[in-house]
Amino acid sequence: MANYSTNEFKPGLKVMLDGDPCAILENEYVKPGKGQAFNRVKVRNLKTGRVNERTFKSGDSLEGADVMDREMEFLYTDSEFWHFMATDGSFEQVGADEKAVSDAMNWLKEQVVYQVTLFNGAPIAVTPPNFVELEVVETDPGVRGDTSGGGTKPAKLVTGAVVKVPLFINVGDVLKVDTRSADYVGRA
Amino acid sequence: MREWQPTASMQNLRRRAQVIDSVRSFFAAQGILEVDTPSLSCAAVSDPHLFPFATDFVPEGGGQAQTFYLHTSPEYPMKRLLAAGSGAIWQICKVYRNGETGRRHNPEFSMLEWYRPGFDHHRLMQEVDELVQLVLGCGPARKVTYAQLFAEHLRVDMHQCSTDDLASLGRRHCGFQGELDRDGWLNLLFSHCIEPQLQQPTMVFAFPASQAALARVVPDDDSVPSAARFEMFIEGMELANGYFELTDPAEQLRRFEKDQMQRRALGRSPLPIDSRLVDALQQGLPDCAGVALGIDRLIMLALGAASIDEVIAFPFARA
Repeated sequence: MANYSTNEFKPGLKVMLDGDPCAILENEYVKPGKGQAFNRVKVRNLKTGRVNERTFKSGDSLEGADVMDREMEFLYTDSEFWHFMATDGSFEQVGADEKAVSDAMNWLKEQVVYQVTLFNGAPIAVTPPNFVELEVVETDPGVRGDTSGGGTKPAKLVTGAVVKVPLFINVGDVLKVDTRSADYVGRA
Repeated sequence: MREWQPTASMQNLRRRAQVIDSVRSFFAAQGILEVDTPSLSCAAVSDPHLFPFATDFVPEGGGQAQTFYLHTSPEYPMKRLLAAGSGAIWQICKVYRNGETGRRHNPEFSMLEWYRPGFDHHRLMQEVDELVQLVLGCGPARKVTYAQLFAEHLRVDMHQCSTDDLASLGRRHCGFQGELDRDGWLNLLFSHCIEPQLQQPTMVFAFPASQAALARVVPDDDSVPSAARFEMFIEGMELANGYFELTDPAEQLRRFEKDQMQRRALGRSPLPIDSRLVDALQQGLPDCAGVALGIDRLIMLALGAASIDEVIAFPFARA
């Protein structure tokens, strides 16, 4: 991969840092009137999702990371791997391990399209769409007529995720959920 | 469609003009002479961390072309005016620094620079403070030494602290893993751990002697020899840098040569030394203090702008 110098650290650029692929989030040029210039950089480790602040001398460089985001449809899991298939017509398949799927586990539904991050061709992260529709498999019986949305109760979804829902929701209802906050949005 | 419009709003440009008007009246009221010095010079400022733009003068009709440098600050010719007996002088001019772009940097920017014969850096700090209070309507600045800030924010005695100790602080606090010299670590720690904390107007003085640039070295506060240099910070941003000016021509020449050595050590090509400045110093520079203040940053503060692009019509990317 090519090397990138601090002045090429644009948001979205993928670089290798401490052996892990990272995405540049922010890059601030810090230069005192007298003295060495630095670049203060915010990066997200694409394996762990953690955000770190690092500082480089202006002009230092990092190796680019072979990272690609692909739109892929979730197929099935064999409990060891979660299998996805490319939606670009290539029908290419990859198996993501538990670490790569991570929190996206709560929102996986067959035939839904996810963003799979591939590092050197292997999946390292799965990002769900902002909203998914999932069926309720367990919750206290619905309170009839209570559509005003006063109180809430927990409801377990088909994926195992638990979200807070209004009292009128019943088992079998299909809910629209915001995957970023795990908030109930409405009935699908 | 190319981005042809200015990045600053018309309202900001009007307020920019007002700030510059009030700066002009401030100096007019004191009867200080406004001057104009060349942007192009056959010599360059020797600061190892500045990169001047270079261009060639090509005589029309033929002849030897000669390289000139766009000034990174007007300090050398202004000192030559002082040596020639100008008395107190000021100017606002565009200066040019290659490679510098960012939220607070544009490769060409407006600098206010002034010199006060008979002032030392403490007296000039007071005058800078008066101007800033006038423009921003803020309170008086706190005066504090460089070493005191290291004690307050990093709990170290910057004078006693070894370079290794500074390095481990830098690695711990700034997420930096490379190698730097002592001043490099001090700069890293100052810019990352101290500068952002200087929200209220602050005058920092008594810099390490190794960071004197063109300031004289004197025993300041802690009777440790330190640079008679100050910087002003507001809202975590460097606004001005001033000196009780070096007047000794031999010491000036030594500093030029030290800068050249450092440039070489950093793998940067040496630049022509301004021997006219050394000659002027030999003639005699009156005891004086001088300061450079970033006008665009002053306007950013006056307008509450987060980026320099909001206060200049056409930043570099649209120039």
